[in-house]
Amino acid sequence: MSSGANKFDAGRVAMLARLELAPESLARFQSEMEKIVSYVDQLTELDVDGIEPTAHAAPMTNVLREDQAVPGFPRDVMLKNAPGTIDDELVAMPQVLPGGGMA
Amino acid sequence: MDQNKLTAMTVGALSDLLEKKELSSTEICTAYINKVKETDPTIQAFLALDEKHVMDAAAEADQRRAAGNARSLYDGIPIGIKDCIAVKDERCSCASKILENFKSVYDSTAVANLRKAGFIPFGRTNMDEFAMGSSCENSAFQKTRNPRNTDCVPGGSSGGSAACVAADEVPASLGSDTGGSIRQPAAYCGVVGLKPTYGRVSRYGLVAFASSLDQIGPFTKNVKDSAILMDTIGGYDAKDCTSLNTPCGGFAAALQKGDLKGMKIGLPKEYYEMDGAAESVKAAAQAAIEKYKALGAEMVEVSLPHTKYSMACYYIIATAEASANLARFDGVRYGYRSPEATNVLETYMKSRGEAFGDEVKRRIMLGTYVLSSGYYDAYYLRAQKVRTLIRRDFEDAFKSCDLLLTPVTPDTAFKFGEKSDPIQMYLSDVFTTSLNLCGTCGMSIPVGKDPANGLPIGMQLMAAPLREDLIFRAAYAFEQA
Repeated sequence: MSSGANKFDAGRVAMLARLELAPESLARFQSEMEKIVSYVDQLTELDVDGIEPTAHAAPMTNVLREDQAVPGFPRDVMLKNAPGTIDDELVAMPQVLPGGGMA
Repeated sequence: MDQNKLTAMTVGALSDLLEKKELSSTEICTAYINKVKETDPTIQAFLALDEKHVMDAAAEADQRRAAGNARSLYDGIPIGIKDCIAVKDERCSCASKILENFKSVYDSTAVANLRKAGFIPFGRTNMDEFAMGSSCENSAFQKTRNPRNTDCVPGGSSGGSAACVAADEVPASLGSDTGGSIRQPAAYCGVVGLKPTYGRVSRYGLVAFASSLDQIGPFTKNVKDSAILMDTIGGYDAKDCTSLNTPCGGFAAALQKGDLKGMKIGLPKEYYEMDGAAESVKAAAQAAIEKYKALGAEMVEVSLPHTKYSMACYYIIATAEASANLARFDGVRYGYRSPEATNVLETYMKSRGEAFGDEVKRRIMLGTYVLSSGYYDAYYLRAQKVRTLIRRDFEDAFKSCDLLLTPVTPDTAFKFGEKSDPIQMYLSDVFTTSLNLCGTCGMSIPVGKDPANGLPIGMQLMAAPLREDLIFRAAYAFEQA
């Protein structure tokens, strides 16, 4: 497998990750990330054919609980950390859909 | 009592004096608050300390004890809490601008368990932003200094939790360890740091970095205090679906002085043959091995053949999980929202771009890349397979020994700004990441000092999953000998 470092495109990955990078920092991130990707590329030295992947260190099984209603957090508590609210019951957001009409 | 003598005490010693009614929780907490005021302008271990919360809790603990209703032997003893572990009504910023004004609305289970025993959450300790770093230099707010030499970093990511214990600002603290974030700063600051088996301590209320690797654990001045805190914070929790439904406790009661005859300690040759380890670390390791031999332990050479790949494996898996976990910080329901954003996409892009630091951005980008279409098999799936190889190395090693003994770090604490290259910084965790990938337990214990600069050196004891008892036994014997 060829090295992934030369394929790393900081601008594209930042868009996928929903990160706005300042234009003046893009070249620096590109160069740092190429070095980091080259470093992790060393795993290609290993033959991993037939090895099962480990997703979790401990054996994991689905965990179920009794289907009993329990109180959750009250709305006013959960809205305490919201950047903006409407009528103390909704999270206020900038426009989601194109066009006018929403507050 | 002399204030400096009081603040230098262990949890065990404070408990004895509380039980004898020679000290009150109010006196203890007042002494630590004064110590923080005196020392922390230099050390900068704490991001916040709510004195009223502490003193109100101390008064309640004193009332309980006077009425004969103490919650435990430790009722009224303060514990420092890393800024990524939720304490109700206190800030939980993860040392990030994106959560600068966030206040927890509930207690993490580890903190709830501390409170059940009467321990008092004491302040918010500094860390690398979202636990990503090895020096605390990635905190968005301040640089914590190493109390043993203030020109040096305390290590990270739990640098504040290590420094506050080393500086006698608190008798013990909680941190979290994803790739060495408890053990490495414990070694750099000369305190005891335990990374428990994955699933021992509930992650409920721990802000997630890499969910398959993160684990909460204690920083203490000695091994007994570590056992006391592990007895307190560990155990099954229905709120964490990865919590192990296995008894957890009795570690402190089981400690007893004695030799280690019959115990086999493995020395992984790859850790001792690694290039670039400091001579002082090698010498301290050799001295620790000799001391263990004198205690009666049998030393056996073992091999962990995939050690050199653990860092690369760790960085792929940890960043992949982090890129998913940190997607929740989007400026919508909580946390920082950019005032410049005019639509929802800009809210995501600008809020995250303005409020995350560079190391967090690098890790989110690496994680996004290794999970992205076309690269998933080559990076993420391959790293999961390498994780299997590393896990098998450990399983094989533990067939021929009870514990592994290795250095914690290749060097002693470094100076601020010394490791400006990200990969150079990552390599200070070269001896610690494998353990998280395997989900097993390890402790950093102070074993000596570098004769050239007086900085502490730590050794790491690792055991098979759920065998913290063996670590406590060997660490206690070493400390008491």
